[in-house]
Amino acid sequence: MAAEGDDSLYPIAILIDELKNEDIQLRLNSIRRLGTIARALGPERTRKELVPFLAESVDDEDEVLLALAEELGSFVEHVGGPDHAHVLLGPLEALANVEETVVRDKAVESLNKIAEALPTGVFEDSFVDLLRRLSQGDWFTSRTSACGLFPTAYPRISSAETKRELRTLFSALSRDETPMVRRAASTYLGRFAKQMERDVVRAEMIPLFVTLAQDEQDSVRLLAVENCALIGSMLTSDDFTNLILPTVRQCAQDKSWRVRYMVADHFNELCEAAGADITRNDLVPFFKTLLKDTEAEVRTAAALRVAGVCSAIPKEITIKHLLPCIKDLVSDANQHVRAALASVIMNLAPVFGKEDTIEYLLELFLQLLKDDFPEVRLNIISKLDAVNRVIGIELLSQSLLPAIVELAEDRQWRVRLAIIEYIPLLASQLGVEFFDEKLGNLCMTWLGDSVYSIREAATSNLKKLTEVFGVEWAQTNIIPKVVALYTHPNYLYRMTTLFAVGVLASVVGQDAINNSMLPLVIRMAQDKVPNIRFNVAKTLQVLIPLLDNASVQSRIKPCLVKMQDDTDRDVKFFATQAMQLC
Amino acid sequence: MSSSYEPLEWKFTQVFGDRSPVEEVTDVDVVSAIEFDETGDYIAAGDRGGRVVIFERAQEKQHGTSKKKDVSKTPEYKFHAEFQSHEPEFDYLKSLEIEEKINKIKWCTRHNTAHFLLTTNDKTIKLWKVFEKKVKQVATTNMPPSGSSNNGTVQAYRSTAAAIPVSQVKMPRLTTRETVVAASARRVFANAHAYHINSISLNSDGETYISSDDLRINLWNLSISDQSFNIVDIKPANMEELTEVITSAEFHPQHCNLFMYSSSKGTIKLGDMRSAALCDRSAKTFEEEEDPASKSFFSEIISSISDIRFSRDGRYILSRDYLTLKLWDINMESKPVKSIPIHDYLRGKLCDLYENDCIFDKFECAMNHDGSLLLTGSYHNYFHIYDRNMSGKGDGSGYGGLCLEATKFPPKQVKKGLGSKMKLGRSKTKDQKGLGISSPDINPDTIDYTKKALHVAWHPKENVIAVGAANNLYLYAA
Repeated sequence: MAAEGDDSLYPIAILIDELKNEDIQLRLNSIRRLGTIARALGPERTRKELVPFLAESVDDEDEVLLALAEELGSFVEHVGGPDHAHVLLGPLEALANVEETVVRDKAVESLNKIAEALPTGVFEDSFVDLLRRLSQGDWFTSRTSACGLFPTAYPRISSAETKRELRTLFSALSRDETPMVRRAASTYLGRFAKQMERDVVRAEMIPLFVTLAQDEQDSVRLLAVENCALIGSMLTSDDFTNLILPTVRQCAQDKSWRVRYMVADHFNELCEAAGADITRNDLVPFFKTLLKDTEAEVRTAAALRVAGVCSAIPKEITIKHLLPCIKDLVSDANQHVRAALASVIMNLAPVFGKEDTIEYLLELFLQLLKDDFPEVRLNIISKLDAVNRVIGIELLSQSLLPAIVELAEDRQWRVRLAIIEYIPLLASQLGVEFFDEKLGNLCMTWLGDSVYSIREAATSNLKKLTEVFGVEWAQTNIIPKVVALYTHPNYLYRMTTLFAVGVLASVVGQDAINNSMLPLVIRMAQDKVPNIRFNVAKTLQVLIPLLDNASVQSRIKPCLVKMQDDTDRDVKFFATQAMQLC
Repeated sequence: MSSSYEPLEWKFTQVFGDRSPVEEVTDVDVVSAIEFDETGDYIAAGDRGGRVVIFERAQEKQHGTSKKKDVSKTPEYKFHAEFQSHEPEFDYLKSLEIEEKINKIKWCTRHNTAHFLLTTNDKTIKLWKVFEKKVKQVATTNMPPSGSSNNGTVQAYRSTAAAIPVSQVKMPRLTTRETVVAASARRVFANAHAYHINSISLNSDGETYISSDDLRINLWNLSISDQSFNIVDIKPANMEELTEVITSAEFHPQHCNLFMYSSSKGTIKLGDMRSAALCDRSAKTFEEEEDPASKSFFSEIISSISDIRFSRDGRYILSRDYLTLKLWDINMESKPVKSIPIHDYLRGKLCDLYENDCIFDKFECAMNHDGSLLLTGSYHNYFHIYDRNMSGKGDGSGYGGLCLEATKFPPKQVKKGLGSKMKLGRSKTKDQKGLGISSPDINPDTIDYTKKALHVAWHPKENVIAVGAANNLYLYAA
């Protein structure tokens, strides 16, 4: 849009008219620039004309309403500062009632912003009124929105009476007949409780928490898990044991795998909230059962938390209690569980230390490296550096190699692509000798892969390798092999040579370009395929800035001049483009 | 306890659709789905042309005198809204036409004054919002409407606008022209079904629903249209080993984790979403052992279940196969508590029905609010109402059965049912008021097999039923 950001080009009169244009894009544009309109009108007219007008515009498309809800959140300055901010509550209240969740959520977010700006007196009047209305609205949409306002509203209220009222309102919401409202209440219960004194939490919030944690709807119950951590972190360990732990236990043993999944997924937060002692004595047994859960989704989530949990408890306990479960997971029937484990198991090495890693973990790493499922092997390889720092690469390298070679030749090109991306990391871990001996050829075979993305990745891989091993290494090991490719009968592979030259040129230095690359590129300018020829022109464009003027003038320019007379239009075009750099 | 049984008097109340007695029914007008909303104040009907029509119950005048329902007063529905839910499409990848026919409609829990409905054809599910929309018109603007001054350039237009001092700029004023009932598609849940969708069902949690096709059942969140989770997959690795398909699926009315689905082999499976993410191993399987004596070439076809419904309390499951209506107790898997032959007189005609494809017709079934009365359709626009608490007789009659013919013309006044007659106790006269047809009176050779009362629905609270046959929607009340 031409007028973007330049208000003078887009007069206020038009902006205002377009608030009601039939074209939704124009309406959106005007809504997004409500700030500009308000500034032009001044605070008084904004309050008296614009805001009432907007309050009547809440029957628009969701997209427009979402934008409106967002803009209104930063409107306090436009209506004349905090003293007048209450006028914004009307339109936002209406927006907090609409059926589209994203709009409601945004309206709640903006209401919270306004709430913070409101002066205390006004707040205790109008905002609390609004909260009452929303909490007792006829439709569940308003009641769900209300839940999100309690955590912000509560600490701003001074009167104990009103505070109690708010708690009563919230308590009603958490017993609402519609599951949507109970879900919203459960979602905000933890944050709401955080605003209260510990005694009040114990007396009033814990009962709500317990009720919600026993809801008949799975979707409500599973939200209790997060509250275990949030509320738990406010309590003493005794209270945690008495008030929270039973719910954690109940959730960890829930009939619904979704609830157990939530426990597994939040296990690190739970450990943190519970503190070291409770974690060690009470939570570890739950974690063990989750690692052995019947549902693969739960085991996957638990497997992902293994490293976090193990770092929170003494090593002996891990070895005694969790290691057997981890061993079982290594040969789990479900590939996703193994893949999840593979992605974190390497992080156990720093926790275990060198000797224990060798004693307990190494065989697990090796077993996962031989997994049937490529993602498992990939996940191990991608985390290699963590182990390398602890035990060195030697112990792994013998098993590593077959795994890499197999992945490098996997039928799925995405797997090949993934392993290529890890090659520079591996190269730096394995060292130059090992690499030359075992992996050097592999990197070259990828240049001839049948999938373009692999060839492309292979060329940039060469560049990264050069950065790791240095230019000299590249000159003796890579460049000759790349140059040799240009004789390939298929032009697509010849093209790879050009791409490789283009990519490598920036790292190998002038000598190498002059001696081995440039002659090759110039020779290829005579290729019979026009596609190659214009790529030569493009590659030359890359080379020109890297070389000194003498060789550009004496070697590249004549070649380009010739190419400008090519019969092919594209070749001419790119040659001319390159000539401009000379 | 049948002694207290008092038969309901069913009365024809209304018919929607083409009233003229034309012989030729336009295919697109044929009713393909009927559903009451949770209050019973609205009925939605879908047709083969992809349209959905909504009827609203006319506001009954509140009589201050008595709160008791006036028997003589019949509920009346009137047209509320109509919208085109689905359009014919073509799948270019598979070279397949996708019909616009509405397979199922479900009403969502109300969020606000608007109504939300899920509708589906073979491939795509849509969430519709039907609401009263105020059509507003902009009455005053700062600039003249751009259409009227075409001579000026955009630049000129803008400079004119810029010349208006801010103090004179006014907010546009709107005037409401009229209020119309509008429908807008809020979400489109597409590309998740490789086969034809036969059912959709909303969960009691208010945020999810399932959709089932011939081989798979997917779980969706109502507000997320780009992902769904597969919860049942009965597709064999080798399609040549395919022996059964899913014919219908429904969520339990209260327990958010339970759902059931029926198969072409006559089994009903109850799945528990709590136990596993993929519910291939069902928690319960309801299946009646087949009597080897009655086995025939058609056994497998006629045992295919065409519709299943939970009772409102979730205790019973009603299932319909080609010839029978079965009521299952959720706690008894081995056999149904009731198995009611609907039109056993067709047993001898299966060969003909196979020839003319009628044997593949999918009749729906429904239960009243407390699950005591059962409803299903048949040929010749007949539909049957049975009483759960009545027992059957050897000849297949009984069950308090009542057979009515859905017709726009004054119905034949034939009193049915030895069963119901016997139970009346107070009167044995044949000319009992009410209407009904006795099944022994029906001659299978004179039945019109092109008239099929396939679709039925029961008001969630009252004894009001809707029957869809051809291009008509019939309403009856008792």
